[in-house]
Amino acid sequence: MTIAASSREKARRDWGGRLVILIPALWLTVFFLVPCLIVLKISLSQTMIAQPPYVPVLDLAAGWPGIKDFITRLSFDNYKILGSDWLYLASYLRSLAIATLSTFILLLIGYPIAYGIARAPRRLQPVLVMAVFLPFVTAFLIRIYAWINILQREGLLNDALLALGIVREPVVWLATDTAIVLGIVYSYLPFMVLPLYASLEKMDESLLEAAADLGAPRWKAFWLITVPLSASGIFAGVLLCFIPIAGEFVIPDLLGGSDALMIGQTLWTEFFQNKDWPVASAVAIALLVILLAPILIYQHLQMRAVEDR
Amino acid sequence: MRKASLFNVTSVALGLAFLYLPIAILVIYSFNASRLVTIWGGWSTRWYVALWHDAAMLDAAWTSLRIAAISATAASVLGTLAAVVLVRAGRFCGRTIFSGLVYAPLVMPEIIIGLSLLLLFVALDLDRGFWTVAIAHTTLTLSFVTVVVQSRLLTFDRSLEEAAMDLGCPPLKTFLTITLPLIFPAIAAGWMLAFTLSFDDLVIASFSTGPGATTLPMRIYSEVRLGVKPEINAICTIMIAVVAVGVVAATLASKRSARAL
Repeated sequence: MTIAASSREKARRDWGGRLVILIPALWLTVFFLVPCLIVLKISLSQTMIAQPPYVPVLDLAAGWPGIKDFITRLSFDNYKILGSDWLYLASYLRSLAIATLSTFILLLIGYPIAYGIARAPRRLQPVLVMAVFLPFVTAFLIRIYAWINILQREGLLNDALLALGIVREPVVWLATDTAIVLGIVYSYLPFMVLPLYASLEKMDESLLEAAADLGAPRWKAFWLITVPLSASGIFAGVLLCFIPIAGEFVIPDLLGGSDALMIGQTLWTEFFQNKDWPVASAVAIALLVILLAPILIYQHLQMRAVEDR
Repeated sequence: MRKASLFNVTSVALGLAFLYLPIAILVIYSFNASRLVTIWGGWSTRWYVALWHDAAMLDAAWTSLRIAAISATAASVLGTLAAVVLVRAGRFCGRTIFSGLVYAPLVMPEIIIGLSLLLLFVALDLDRGFWTVAIAHTTLTLSFVTVVVQSRLLTFDRSLEEAAMDLGCPPLKTFLTITLPLIFPAIAAGWMLAFTLSFDDLVIASFSTGPGATTLPMRIYSEVRLGVKPEINAICTIMIAVVAVGVVAATLASKRSARAL
């Protein structure tokens, strides 16, 4: 091959490589990044009910003066509304509290399950992983709906409790925080178990044997060896659960009561019922700011996982 | 042979029971003859028959199936390209931003993705309906495809590709004839995952749809808000059966292709 031909070949390969990067990058820019910027812009627009355009309008054709004019007319009024009304602050705090509690319970339940699977016979492990993964793909909405069947006043849980004589009166389960946390734990369990399993499965068991040989009690070996070695799985599982739970809408809407809302429900109401798009956007941006640190940490972990291998 | 400790067996068994019991109850009660959801009135398939005559529900199911198939296919193409970039392109300018764009939709609350896409569609003055939902679902699911395909590419033996290239095979042809068939099971698994995620999504579809395109979850949601109905148990059972058969088939197919190598 002549030098000219090989350099032409290389140039073509570079061009092809760039195209491979460009297509998904372009799609994600147009349908993910730009929409987020639009939300940011509308959250800084003047509050008004009904349809766009929202003031101020960004007029790029007017050049630099147009941009300057746009920037000076942006308003923080929507964020002032968020700060001044107790309703918003309360629902942010409520979302974070429920997400923290649920994630903690998920870790407590998920860890023994992941550990059990990782210590199961090799042959059985893919089957067990599949068994944990399968409910995750069988429709989120259905699984929440299944709990309504169980938790309602004349539902199976009350039937069972009454039959066993544990309670005398039917207990109110539905429309309580207990139901929300139960629904969340149930729905997100695979998200917690699978990353934990992935890190526990890689662990070298001879470390535990060595610890046992040196006289360490089992709980101490677990606490000093297993837990630190599965730290990456714990982080991934916690973030993978905590972030979406904080913005959860369907579960609190179907299983929770109507008196106290999570932030996802507040956003939904603001958007679909009050039709106040600028305030809904401000709610979304504020939620994003709260979750930004966990999202960035999660991305960092993902990237490191790719580079480590 | 490892000894299965009592604690490990119990925790896995309880975990699986917790995951499957509510679904099992739902499936059993879909065959309940009684209209009262909580009272057992014997076995019957009447709710399945009722479902068959529910035109609105069938229409929504058909819309959901088409959206799921289209968006899963688009997401598989885009997600595979993104996975190839992340694993193979090495360090390029903007890699951090690119990977950020790929991983962010995985954890981003759905409600924010939905709202932002709706505002984009409004800004572009697009007619909302079938295609806007398909675009929205493609954006959501391509990240999941990327993660699945990427994990396959990471454990991939590159010597086959290198051999082909050494023998003068151009990169595109190498990718199509060597790489693609080898990672195809992962792409198929990614497609399945994307399909079920799209078929299942309520929040993003509610934001990005318009009049005329009601998906199955939107339909179920509006019914469920009014209370539990036996027909809903029936449609949920069918959905579970379809997904379960699909996932098991995909797993067996990928196992067979792995063994054939």
